[in-house]
Order: sequence, then structure tokens, then C-alpha cells
Amino acid sequence: MTSPLGKDLLGLEHLTAEQINLILDTAEPLREISERTIKKVPTLRGATIVNLFFEASTRTRISFEFAEKRMSADTVNVAPAASSVSKGETLVDTARNLEAMRIDMVVIRHGSSGAARFLAERIESNVINAGDGTHEHPTQGLLDMLTLRQKFGSLVGKKICICGDVLHSRVARSNIWGLTKLGAEVAVCGPRSLLPNAIHEMGVQVFDRIEQAIEWADALNILRLQLERMQAGYIPSLREYNRVFGVTRERLERAPRDLLILHPGPMNRGVEIDSDVADGPHSVILEQVTNGVAVRMAVLYLLAGNSPRLAEAAKGGA
Amino acid sequence: MGRAAYFTFDMTPAPTSVVLSARAFERTITRMADEIIERNDGTDRLLLVGIQRRGVQIAARIAALITARESVEVPLGALDITLYRDDLQTVGPRPVVGKTHLPVAIEGLNVVIVDDVLFTGRTIRAALDELADFGRPARVSLAVLVDRGGRELPIQPDVVGKHVEVPIGSRVDVCVAELDGKDEVLLVATEAL
Repeated sequence: MTSPLGKDLLGLEHLTAEQINLILDTAEPLREISERTIKKVPTLRGATIVNLFFEASTRTRISFEFAEKRMSADTVNVAPAASSVSKGETLVDTARNLEAMRIDMVVIRHGSSGAARFLAERIESNVINAGDGTHEHPTQGLLDMLTLRQKFGSLVGKKICICGDVLHSRVARSNIWGLTKLGAEVAVCGPRSLLPNAIHEMGVQVFDRIEQAIEWADALNILRLQLERMQAGYIPSLREYNRVFGVTRERLERAPRDLLILHPGPMNRGVEIDSDVADGPHSVILEQVTNGVAVRMAVLYLLAGNSPRLAEAAKGGA
Repeated sequence: MGRAAYFTFDMTPAPTSVVLSARAFERTITRMADEIIERNDGTDRLLLVGIQRRGVQIAARIAALITARESVEVPLGALDITLYRDDLQTVGPRPVVGKTHLPVAIEGLNVVIVDDVLFTGRTIRAALDELADFGRPARVSLAVLVDRGGRELPIQPDVVGKHVEVPIGSRVDVCVAELDGKDEVLLVATEAL
């Protein structure tokens, strides 16, 4: 019994277009569950999922938790500050101790790139990457793609520009891998100081001016500008960033076509995106949030039951 | 597939018999539509719910027949029971999830679940569980095009198109014009036995 995705979801880089489409196709009908009176299906009854978040997160953690609960899994949240991680326990020891309590899945967010893979190689449970350092944030990439696909029908030939701090963004990386696999044309736009040197090798175009990006694109995925980047000297000031790279209504009005506006949140209104745009008619920012729950339910469904222990238990019971 | 298929050597030809031809198919669902109206004292508060996949087309066909006869629109829903299956831990790979859509609140309605073939009853068990998550209908009944016996749960149909004795090693295939090009019910011997 193997999942078409394998044991873990660590990133989109190593998934095929077929696997990505399977996740999106599965997520589509799952949206309806959140509209029911009883927002729950019994699919993951008896599965125990640990949300192991080493970094602050509101949206992603809550979205995962809703997804898990709507699939009837039992969930435990571990916040490192209030756990033995603060006493110096290593990541693997924490996870092995959790496994000793018979868990089935771990959703992990960690500040170090590669943390999810490191864990996945060392424990039996399914591991889902909820963001690792500047590496990947696959479920965010998937929910962006689901949102775009709903609006465009197909992503083939669609032009998507990712704007802002691409250098530090795991969201950007997951988007670039996923979108190019599904046949979209991808570009990035931002200050050179916030674009990776080898960005061309990922097969994307680069725009230095937001006006060029707006003229070219069918959709903009506007990244959050981490405010601490200013202290670190990547940009001169937030005001200047907004003046040069801010997505404003005036700029969008000059576009040759209506652009879809995406943002992974949380937004800095008045920095990378103006309120007029965030709340405007072409913003799909809240649809992204709705789709996030469905995408995560799909990933849980496709990975669950792929753990050897559950398979053994099922055989024993049959 | 013509007669020629019986003379090829690459595969064992499956002896197939027709249970319902296109015309018999039409007659059968027409009678089912009538029985559904009768059993529910008319069409008030009636909701037809087809089970993915071919139950959906059969339900739509029955709804159209009821509309033609009674001049009323009957609301029509679709139920995908994949997430309620009792064998998700043992089947693999993961079954594809289809669309569930109920056009109206089911509270107090006479819901008729429509499926193509009734066999073990496990699909219907799942459908009843799923339906309960949407509300509390006044009554739920079951209409199936083919009842092939072999129940593993205490579930029985209220309206049956055709009873079929299925020998061990055979299966029932239901074809509908919308998906398969024509209406037909076949008894197919599987090669394994």
C-alpha cells in the first residue's frame, strides 16, 4: 500500500506535475466539506497528528489544525518554548519521543532549511513540511496554484510574477517549482539585493521594475517584506520600497489586462501592497486562505495510511 | 468489439451476457421513477441523491422522467462516499475523491439515494453516514438499478430495477450513455476464475 506521493511531503521540487495535479484535483472536492453543517468527515479517525512548530505561525498552523480536525484526526500542538526543546532536547529526540507515544504524522515548521527532510529520514511517521528555513513551503505553493487554477482553468502559458523578497522566501521557491512544472511562465520582481544570484537557473524571468512585471503578468503573487530586512541593510527604507516596488491601484490601472492579486500573508499594507489592491476586486487573498484548508486536507488524505504501522494494524484487524 | 474478438488468442474472451439492453434500461428506470413517486406520496419534499459515479447519471435520468410526468422540478444531488469508506486503511493507492453536492438543506425531506448496483451494502452504509452529516431527513430510501445480492450489512433496497443472480467470478457492469456511449447492463465473467 503506497501513497502516490510517497511517505512525506517535503517540497514541490521533487514532485511530478502528475503528483501536483493529483493533490489539486483531490483538494477541489474537499472544499465543500467546510461548507457543511457538520464540517467533518471520518476519514482520518484514529490517526494522531503532531503539529511541531518551531517558528511562529498563525495562519499555517491554524489551517493545518482545521484540516486535521475536519478529517477527524486527533491533533496535538507542540510549541517549543513550552516544551523540552527549550531544555536543549534535539529535534530527533523530540520526534522519537513523540513516536514512542504512537503518532502517525508530524507537521513541522522549522527555521532551518532541510529540517523537514532531516526528520523524515529518521522517523517512521509521515512528515509534512510546513515551512523550513528559506527552502520550501509546499502547501502554500499548492494553495496558490489551486487558487490560480480555479481562476484560469489551466496554468499552461499563464504568466505569474512573484514580487518582493524572493531571496528569503520559501513560498517563492515552492511557487517557482510548482508553477513551472504545471506549465506556467514564471517571473520574479524585486530589488536585486533580495533576489538570489542563481535565480535564472530556476527558469524564471527577472524584472527590475514593478511596472514591467505588471505589464507582463496575468497574476502577481506579492510576498511579505520581512520588516527585519531593513535593519539588515537589504533595502534603504520601507517607504522607498513602497515607492519603487509597492503594488498600488494607480500602477495596476495602467496594466493592459486585469491582474489577479495573491499574497501569502500576513500583509504589510502600505509596504508591498496597498489596501486598495488587497481589498480590490481582483484580490484572491481570502480565497487563498479557504483553499489552504482544502489543500492540506488533500495532502493529509493522500499521505495518511501510508505509514507502515497503520498498514500492519489494518492487516491484523482484517 | 465484434464477433472477431472471440477469435483472438492474446486474451481469454470473456463470455458476456446482456442483462438490460438500452430499451429495457429505459423501461426499467421509467418504472423506478413511478415507484419513487408512489412510495413518497408524490414529489413534494423529494430529493434524489445519486452516488458517484454512475448513480449520479441514473438519478438525473429518473429526475428528468419525474419532471416529464409530473411537471415539477425535483432537486438532484450527488454524493461521493470515498471519505466515508470503511476500507481506506487497506485499499491502495488512495481512491480518487469525487464531488459531493446537495442543492438544498435535507432537513425534513424525503431523500432517495440512487445507485447503479447494490452488492455488499457498504457503499450505502457510507452514504447514510455522510447524509447524516448534512442534517436529518424525514425519510431516506434506496433505489438501485441492479440488486446483485451478496449483502455484508443489513441494508435492503426499496426500489429495484432488476434482480440479477451473479455467479462467482462474474461481475455486473452498468453503462450509461453520458459516460459510456450507451445504456446497457452486462454480466461479465472475470478472467481470474
